Amino acid sequence: MSLQFIADGLLIGAMVGLGAIGVTLTYSILGFANFVHGEFIAWGAYACLVIAGLIGLAVGADIAPLGPFSIGWTILVAAVIAMAFTGGLALALDWLLFARLRKHGNAIVLVMASFGASMALRSLLEFLFTSEPAYFSRDIQIAIPLGLGIRVTPDQMLMLGLTAVLVTAMHLLITRTAIGRAMRAVSENPALARVAGIDVAGVIRKTWLIGGALACAAGIVAGITVQIRPFMGFDLLLPMFAAAILGGIGSVPGAVVGGLIVGLAESCAVQFVGAEYRAAVAFLLLIAVLLVKPAGLFGRGDA
Amino acid sequence: MTTAVLRAEAIVAGYEPDLPILNGASFEVRDREIVALLGPNGAGKSTLIKAIAGLVPISSGVVTLAGEEITRLPAHVLIRRGLGFVPQTENVFTTMSIDDNLKLAAAVLEKPRRGPRIAAMYAMFPALAARRHLAAGRLSGGQRQMLAIARALLVEPKVLMLDEPSAGLSPKVAAEVFENLLKIRASGVAIALVEQSVRAALSIADRAYILAEGRNRHEGAAADLCDDPVIARLYLGGDPTAARANP
Amino acid sequence: MLDVVAYGAFFLTTALSYALICLGLNLQWGQTGLFNVGVAGFVAIGAYASAMLTTPAGGNHFGGYGLPIAVGWIGAIIASGLAAAVIGAITLRLRADYLAITTFGIAIVIQLVALNAQAITGGPFGIGFIPRPFASLAEYALGFDLANLAVVALVTLAVFLALERLVRSPWGRVLRAIREDETAALSLGKNANRFRLQAFVLGSAIMGLAGAVQGHFIGFIAPENYLSAITFQTWAMLIIGGSGNNRGAVLGALVVWGLWSASGAAMTTIFPPEQQARAAALQIVAIGVVMSLILLLRPRGILGEEMTVSRHLDGET
Repeated sequence: MSLQFIADGLLIGAMVGLGAIGVTLTYSILGFANFVHGEFIAWGAYACLVIAGLIGLAVGADIAPLGPFSIGWTILVAAVIAMAFTGGLALALDWLLFARLRKHGNAIVLVMASFGASMALRSLLEFLFTSEPAYFSRDIQIAIPLGLGIRVTPDQMLMLGLTAVLVTAMHLLITRTAIGRAMRAVSENPALARVAGIDVAGVIRKTWLIGGALACAAGIVAGITVQIRPFMGFDLLLPMFAAAILGGIGSVPGAVVGGLIVGLAESCAVQFVGAEYRAAVAFLLLIAVLLVKPAGLFGRGDA
Repeated sequence: MTTAVLRAEAIVAGYEPDLPILNGASFEVRDREIVALLGPNGAGKSTLIKAIAGLVPISSGVVTLAGEEITRLPAHVLIRRGLGFVPQTENVFTTMSIDDNLKLAAAVLEKPRRGPRIAAMYAMFPALAARRHLAAGRLSGGQRQMLAIARALLVEPKVLMLDEPSAGLSPKVAAEVFENLLKIRASGVAIALVEQSVRAALSIADRAYILAEGRNRHEGAAADLCDDPVIARLYLGGDPTAARANP
Repeated sequence: MLDVVAYGAFFLTTALSYALICLGLNLQWGQTGLFNVGVAGFVAIGAYASAMLTTPAGGNHFGGYGLPIAVGWIGAIIASGLAAAVIGAITLRLRADYLAITTFGIAIVIQLVALNAQAITGGPFGIGFIPRPFASLAEYALGFDLANLAVVALVTLAVFLALERLVRSPWGRVLRAIREDETAALSLGKNANRFRLQAFVLGSAIMGLAGAVQGHFIGFIAPENYLSAITFQTWAMLIIGGSGNNRGAVLGALVVWGLWSASGAAMTTIFPPEQQARAAALQIVAIGVVMSLILLLRPRGILGEEMTVSRHLDGET
């Protein structure tokens, strides 16, 4: 029996986990399930593609891929810019829509608005880029055998590595820095946070920035290892929600572990049952968590 | 006459603009004073300090701190002006360690002061120092209250407002809390406390106000109010002679 | 002239079938404060259930019992109601947004099953030969269209009247009380979740009926009819028309379907045929923007009432 599904599962888990971190942060700090998060993933991927293309045009020459990977330096530079752009997009959406709705109190209206906004943003992408898949690179990569029947491409290894770096950075941010403490405080008790001197509005802004940037990263991982298309974020929504809830809303390690579990479960299903029902795996995991322990693995229990 | 460090005048406040809980309540706290806010349930005592702390909207009235008006400033700005507030429940971050709770509070100060102030709080509350990496949710009621007070005290406020600090605590632990409040007053911080436990409050307070239905009813030196039987029966829940017989 | 009437009949029939969905949605959201993001799923269940019961034997799918249309429609109601009962039993006791996520998931799974369980649902080819009401009139195009319109209008009217009565009944009053102030309602001894479940099941059953009605009107159903676009459109209809109000639900369906058709016609003239898919995407953007504007500027929609939803969204009591 090949253990390839482990590698595949880790890769899916990386995408889902990166996105789930943003979901769990916005959920715990802003108090609502944000359906637009999927669109941050898609917009981030397209932004990186467009910016990389523009840089390539500006430079003029053909950009050679770096080393064994399929991407050139333009994509790396574009990735950083795209992450900032997507963070900004998240901020803009909050300013336009969510911040105003927050004033009138009702959390479920925020979810509703996010559902509508996600549909609009996704369709805008479809209008701008059509629903044909796009790719960062057309190069075919040779998968390298790692033993135990596992084969990974250099791109996949790079993406896994970058994800590990990002996740570690996020964990350190949340546990060791002042902004991380402020975010944890606001997520537990916004009124007490204010009394303790935290500018909650500022924390909310930073949460959107971080969430958007991470979603962009997830989109770039998906774009490099699979493809870019308008529905890419939407298809990750259910797995991300499942991962965030499974890990416990508000827990960054939980979101990552949740993502890995969802990813491995999906790849197991694909290997042993078939690829058609992949999306159902996340749903079944979600139902299982809600039935058994709604607070999730690392949850606070006040979910 | 000593000047007031904190003064609230004719505060009208409530969660809904057309349903005020406070209908023109006032009080002041002078330098190195402990002032108690007392009264029956629903009198609005907690709402009054919450309104001053920026957690309940104020419709009209004026609040001044050390002479400057602070009436509708946001809560996170007030602590920087020197107004500390310890809520009654949910007054520590239970998912964070004691150390993180204090570091969070210290973020309001400039960098050089942070370390020394945290150390000062650990010196004042050794029980907290012994458990600094424990999550605040695992602390006993008394330890939590200590942390809640330390969190507010860390930034060296001019005034500390506390909402029912003895609530849910055993008499022995509550007595420790009040001991600490006396020490805090001695260090130069003025204190306003809302209390249901009248005896304990009057035992450490210099002056007290009695509120009912969102308005002031009586005020005076704590000792005078203690001895007044009419006031005791009307507002303080019982016969003072019986209270003194069972301390 | 006759063409216009025929088109008008077709337009109204489709709009009213959407109105039916919105009426079910309004019962769940407007009356009870439940956010069901899986509308498409419950519509699909009803459509497929009725199709399986009423299509003639020999089709590439499960069922084909050739039963009368009325039986199919009753089957649709029961099937969607049952699915809602199961989902609701699991999630209604949790936070309101968990219900949103779970219903979102169920719709995806249902579409997946419809697409892949070929032996049961006909897979991507769907189910055809669904009997139409008044099939014998098929040659008289206009009469056929008008007869269909009459059927759909009658069903929608019947449901509308029934819901209006329900809203004013003691049951409806309890629902509204739970929606506005759960603690007060609970203090009256009412089991809030039981009422919510009833509203959720009934609303979903109505959506299933609408799915069946649509299926029998077109004569053919396929998994691609039941993507999240339906959920999005019906939510937009309810929010724009006025949530909390049955008339608002119907008005919203007519208005949004009108906007949709008009913009669709405009798109056909502006964009060349190869670009039609992109143009359709633009329609969705427009609807999304209008929906957001309504939520920001006039949350009650055109006809709706001021709604108070209980702040106790977390299901804890």
